[in-house]
Amino acid sequence: MNSDDALRVLATMERIRHFEERVARLKLAGEVFGLIHVSVGQEGVAAGTCTQLRDDDAVYSGHRAHGHALAKGAPMNRVMAELMGRETGLCRGMGGSMHLVDVEHGFLGATGVVGGNVPMALGSALASRLRGEDSVAVVFFGDGAAQGGHVLETFNLASLWQLPLILVCENNGFAEFTPRSAHTVVERVSDAVAPYDFARETVDGNDVRAVWSSFGGFLERARTGEGPFLLECLTHRLSGHYVGDPAAYREALAADEWRKLDPIVRLRTSLIEDGTLDEAAADAIAAEAIAEVEAAETFGRDSAYPPESLTAEVAYA
Amino acid sequence: MSRNETYVKAVGRALADAMRADERVFVIGEDVAEGGPYTTTAGLSEEFGRERVRNTPISEAAITGVAIGAAQSGMRPVLEIMYIDFLTLALDQLVNAAAKAHAMSGGQLTVPLVLRTQGGAGQRGGAQHSQSLESWLTHVPGLKVVMPSGAADAAGLMAAAILDPGPVVFVEHKALYFRREDVPETIEPIELGRARTVRTGDDVTIVATSRMVGEALAAAQELAEEGIEAEVIDPRTLVPFDLDTIVASVRRTNRLVVAHEAVVHGGFGAEVVAAVQEAAFDDLDAPIGRVGAPFAPIPFSPPLEDAYLPGRQQLVDAVRRLSVGSPSLRLPYIGAGLTSA
Ligand SMILES: Cc1ncc(C[n+]2csc(CCOP(=O)(O)OP(=O)(O)O)c2C)c(N)n1
Ligand SMILES: [Mg+2]
Repeated sequence: MNSDDALRVLATMERIRHFEERVARLKLAGEVFGLIHVSVGQEGVAAGTCTQLRDDDAVYSGHRAHGHALAKGAPMNRVMAELMGRETGLCRGMGGSMHLVDVEHGFLGATGVVGGNVPMALGSALASRLRGEDSVAVVFFGDGAAQGGHVLETFNLASLWQLPLILVCENNGFAEFTPRSAHTVVERVSDAVAPYDFARETVDGNDVRAVWSSFGGFLERARTGEGPFLLECLTHRLSGHYVGDPAAYREALAADEWRKLDPIVRLRTSLIEDGTLDEAAADAIAAEAIAEVEAAETFGRDSAYPPESLTAEVAYA
Repeated sequence: MSRNETYVKAVGRALADAMRADERVFVIGEDVAEGGPYTTTAGLSEEFGRERVRNTPISEAAITGVAIGAAQSGMRPVLEIMYIDFLTLALDQLVNAAAKAHAMSGGQLTVPLVLRTQGGAGQRGGAQHSQSLESWLTHVPGLKVVMPSGAADAAGLMAAAILDPGPVVFVEHKALYFRREDVPETIEPIELGRARTVRTGDDVTIVATSRMVGEALAAAQELAEEGIEAEVIDPRTLVPFDLDTIVASVRRTNRLVVAHEAVVHGGFGAEVVAAVQEAAFDDLDAPIGRVGAPFAPIPFSPPLEDAYLPGRQQLVDAVRRLSVGSPSLRLPYIGAGLTSA
């Protein structure tokens, strides 16, 4: 990751962080609707990966998808408008937070069905192979999804067919309110793919440089048609499972310690230490993100709701 | 020009034609490169190779997802789920992803997927290899559901299904696979949503799907001997559904019997009945009859399976009841084996 990359990644993380913190507030204020899951604390994964991809690479995500969509290039104002159910939204108000799609930027979509995106991503990798292209498919899923039958089936298929798929597991240790230890005896998701014998790495997902370099290595190989790969990013969500979650199940966790491991704080500090940035320049990156969020909020609020006729219009292609 | 061809061969030929015409079309499923248990895809891997005729492990959920993802990425997969009974394992992907992708993305994504499967009883397959589950699929907006009753329709409807921009579930019937029929030499797509009037008649309309179309024709022949002329209509596709053709017929015949092999209870026939009475209540001279299977898992033992399956006799009985106004009309439905006294 050179210093230009690092600046781009830092800006991406700041954009995601400020966007999601605003979304959480707007949800509580009743301006954003639906089931909202934010990735505060986990931005290093989205930013360290998606910023290395092209528009023709297919990215799939799950219920915690805002960061992946933004990092893949979805315009923030249209993501915000989507969460507000507006016609100008990314999906014209038909999807909402868990179903963001931006075909133009290769974000083929989020799903509210945990793990359901994993086989679909393999399908995009297969399409790339059948057409002889060098595009790749990337799918983000949680540690909870890794116990799903469709996900385990996909591990087998992906290794059997050796398709250019990069599986990115964000292991935040929890599925909703339950720690991983209560769902499986397999501690690391990378161990779950061990029998399939494909390249896998477990990294500190809050160290965005580590995420960048491991993912970049896999990506380079996937471009040549190799695959699959699993990148397990150990991370931590700093807020509840969903906006409004009292998170009582996590009392025991030392929130202060995790604050120190915040991927944004870590990258920012390192860039200041190595002289790439000074405090003022770093603050300016955050300020720019905040301004973009403000504009997105206004854009969403000023946009109309879609016409009722839209429901029937898009039921069939 | 036409050729006398079995239902399986007609489907296989439609697949081969589509693969020749469009590089994006590929076939994926368990044992498809080997032709599958009914030989439907026989010969395809030899012509198109095993990349485009892709065998999969027994992972219905994942392969359905793979097909959807490939379709979203611009390919035109034809996915085989070997028995409709195993569609249960694929339903999440089909219902939650394929059916809704276009809508949830505000029209951005399309899923030009054909999910081929086969159902139906009569071959001693037992309760897990014989079902007719199409009504589940008709309940999901975003899916189209096709049920061909003969070789020619199977070929033309398959051609149309592959050209369709959205997900189409194509439900074949195993008991029809080796029946022959004249099939056009050049397979032309048959527009989805157009019923076919298989026989004309003025006394009663029989709407029948899949295997029951042949049974309805046999029933009509028997009824004709007593002077009752039945019109037989095969909707061919359940979604979209050609209500107009059926209503126009009922306005002439004033009587309707709806027949499918699936259990009557909650079956697609109920939807047909509701729609027709809404559209043509004043034209009906008798309550609409329903013919289908009883509300019980399909038995294995041959005499029991035979008694369970609806066919010609149940249709004849149902029409006679309508025509003579028998008290059994007051039964909530006419289930084969339960009411054929
Ligand atoms: C198939 C399915 N089952 C259950 C749920 C409800 N649910 C939503 S998120 C979630 C936990 C997912 O945990 P994980 O995969 O670790 O992702 P994280 O929330 O930690 O990002 C559950 C159980 C769902 N959306 N889909
Ligand atoms: Mg988790």
